[in-house]
Amino acid sequence: MLEIDNLHARAEEREILRGINLRLKAGEVHAIMGPNGSGKSTLAQVLAGRETYTVTGGSVRYLGRDLLEMKPEERAREGLFLAFQYPVEIPGVSNMYFLRAALNAARKQQGLEELDAADFLTRVRDKIRLLGMEDSLLQRSVNEGFSGGEKKRNEIFQMAVLEPKLAVLDETDSGLDIDALKVVAQGVNALRGRERGILLVTHYQRLLNYIIPDFVHVLSNGRIVRSGGKELALELEEKGYGWLETAAVA
Amino acid sequence: MSTPATDIELLANREYQYGFITEIESETVPRGLNTDIIRLISAKKQEPEFMLEWRLRAFRQWQTMREPEWANVKYPPIDYQNIIYYAAPRQAGDRPKSLDEVDPKLLQTYEKLGVPLRERELLAGVAVDAVFDSVSVATTFRAKLAALGIIFSSFSEAVREHPELVRKYLGSVVPSSDNFFASLNSAVFSDGSFIYVPKGVRCPMELSTYFRINAQDSGQFERTLIIADEGAYVSYLEGCTAPKRDNNQLHAAVVELVALEGATIKYSTVQNWYPGDAEGRGGIYNFVTKRGKCAGRGSKISWTQVETGSSITWKYPSCILQGDDSVGEFYSVALTHHRQQADTGTKMIHIGRNTRSTIVSKGISAGHGQNTYRGMVKMLPGAAGARNYSQCDSLLLGDQCGAHTFPVLEVRNPTARVEHEASTSRIGEDQLFYCRQRGLSMEDAVSMIVNGFCKTVFRELPMEFAVEAQKLLGVSLEGSVG
Repeated sequence: MLEIDNLHARAEEREILRGINLRLKAGEVHAIMGPNGSGKSTLAQVLAGRETYTVTGGSVRYLGRDLLEMKPEERAREGLFLAFQYPVEIPGVSNMYFLRAALNAARKQQGLEELDAADFLTRVRDKIRLLGMEDSLLQRSVNEGFSGGEKKRNEIFQMAVLEPKLAVLDETDSGLDIDALKVVAQGVNALRGRERGILLVTHYQRLLNYIIPDFVHVLSNGRIVRSGGKELALELEEKGYGWLETAAVA
Repeated sequence: MSTPATDIELLANREYQYGFITEIESETVPRGLNTDIIRLISAKKQEPEFMLEWRLRAFRQWQTMREPEWANVKYPPIDYQNIIYYAAPRQAGDRPKSLDEVDPKLLQTYEKLGVPLRERELLAGVAVDAVFDSVSVATTFRAKLAALGIIFSSFSEAVREHPELVRKYLGSVVPSSDNFFASLNSAVFSDGSFIYVPKGVRCPMELSTYFRINAQDSGQFERTLIIADEGAYVSYLEGCTAPKRDNNQLHAAVVELVALEGATIKYSTVQNWYPGDAEGRGGIYNFVTKRGKCAGRGSKISWTQVETGSSITWKYPSCILQGDDSVGEFYSVALTHHRQQADTGTKMIHIGRNTRSTIVSKGISAGHGQNTYRGMVKMLPGAAGARNYSQCDSLLLGDQCGAHTFPVLEVRNPTARVEHEASTSRIGEDQLFYCRQRGLSMEDAVSMIVNGFCKTVFRELPMEFAVEAQKLLGVSLEGSVG
C-alpha cells in the first residue's frame, strides 16, 4: 500500500532524507528506529504532507496514487493517519466536535452519510473504554491542559475512531510511563488487521515489546542502513546505534 | 505561513451575501444639515414640540464640537453637508397597520436577508422591528407583548404614543452633548426601537431589530431606548446589513439602556454592515454610542457583540454601575479583514458598592485589518468591594494585520479589585497542519480554530444567533490565510 522510492527531503537548506526506500504492504507493521536527528520524524511528517519540508527527489505511492501530489487533508481522507509526537492544542474546540468533523470529512469523501452527534457518540463509546479514558474527555478542548500521557492516548483514541488504512505513529511511546505505554499498545494492537498498515517511528526498543513488528528498519543520517525482522530491534538495544552508524560510514 | 498559493486561491473571497439593493421608490430630504432639515425630519415624524426642541439643542451643541481624533482609525474627512439625513421607502398614507399593508418588496428584502417577518410572526418566538433606512417598516408580535404591558415599537411611534416615557429617559444615559457622533444623532435621528418592560415582567420572547441601509448617500441614525422596570427581564438582539456600494456611508447610532432595581437587560449584536472590498473601497463608517445604566440595586446589563462588518467601527458599549450590587458585562468578538479597522471596547464605571463587571474581548485580525481594544475600568470612591475582571485576547492571521490594546484602569477605592489579562497569538502552522492531517480543509481548519478562540463570547449569545455568528466568522475569514 505504501511504496517509497529514493525519497529526498529538506527543511530549509538542510537535507534530511537522503534516499529512503521502503515497501509496506497491507497487514504489516513496520518499525522505523534510529538515533535522534536521523530523519525518523521528518519521514513521518513528509508522508503526512507537512509543508515545512520540501521533497527534492524520489517518489511515494500510496494505494496506487502519487502521495506527494495530494494535499494533507486528501491524504487524511484517504485513510492516512499520523499520530503526532507533539499533539497540538486547539483551545475552545471540543474533542468531540473536532473528531466528528474529522470523521465526517472522511465519510463524505467515501460517499457515506455524515454522522450526527448521537450516532457519533454511540460509535466512540467503546473506543473510549478501550483506551481507558474518561467520557468527559470528549467535552474538553482538543489537547488543552492534557498531560503528556493524555495527549498521546488521545492520538491513539482518534486513530481508533478514524480507523485509518495506514497509521504512522511518530514517537508515540516517548514520555509515557509503563502503564500508559501498555494502554497505548493495546489500542494499536486492536487496530492491527489484514487491511491495515502501521508504521511505528520510535527511538526505543521498549514499545516493540508490546507491539511486535513484522519488520524493523534502522534509519541513520537520512537513509535506511539496515532492515530485518523483530530481532533487529533487540540487537540494537544491546549494541546501541553507534554500532550501525560506524557500519554505515564504512 | 508556508501555504501554497493554490490553497489561498481556493479560499478566494465569497461575495458579501447581503450586498443587494432593493429597487424601491424612496422619499428623501435634500442633502446637508441645517435647522430646516431637522424641522423637516421632525415634521415628517409628527413629533411633539419637546422633541423638536431637543433636536435643535443637540444640533447647536454639535456645531461647537470637533470630530474625535483619538481613535486608532484612519479615514478621509467626512463631508457632513453631503449626506442625506433622511430616506424612507415611499408609502401611501400612514404607516401600515399590519404586515398585509407592508410593501411586498420590503417583505421580500427581509426574507432575502434571512429575516422572514411573516414566518417570524407565525412561528419563532422572536419579535422583530424592521428598520429600513430611516424608518421602521414593521414590528411583529406587538399585540401579544402589549397584553403583558410590554411596549415594543418603533421609536417614532413611542415619541407619539408614550411621550412621557421618552421624555423621562431619552438622553438620561447618553446626553445629547455626550460626544460628536451622539450629538449628531440626537439632532437627526430618524428611527429605531423602543422597549419598555413593566415592573416584574419577564419578557417571554427575544425582541429584535433588524437594521437595513438601502438608499445611496444616506446615513442611518437610529436611536434605541430600552427600559427595564423593577425586576423586569428582557433579551434584545440586533442585526445589521447594507448593500455593496463603492462610496462610504455613515451610520451613527445611539443606544441607551436603563435597568431599574433588580432588572436585567441582555443586549446582543451581530453587526455585519458592508465592510468594503479587498482594496478598502466602500463600506460603512460605524460610529456608535451605546451605554447602559444599572440605575437600581442588583440590576444587570450584559452586552454581547459580534462585529464582523463595517469598514470602520468606533464603538464602546458601556455600563454605569450606579446601583449597589449591580453587574455589568461586555463580551465582544471583533474581526477585521482586508482594510477594515475596528476601535472597540467598553467602559465600566463602578459607582455603587459591591458592583461587579466582566470584560471578555476577542479581537481577530486578518489581511490588512487593524483591531484595537480600548477599555476603561473606573472604580469611584464609593465603589467599596467592587470587582472587575478583564480578559483581552488577540488573534492574528498573517503578518500584514495589527492588534492593539489600550486598557485604562482607574481605582479610587482601596477595597476595589481589578484584574486584567491579555494575550496575543497567531494561528499556528502547527494547528492548521494538525487539523488538515485529520481531514479538515484549510478553510474549515481556520474557521474551527477561530471559533474556538471566540467560544467564551459565543456562548453568551442566544442559540439562534450563536449559530449565525459562527457561520459569519467563517465567511468573513475566507481568503485570510496566507
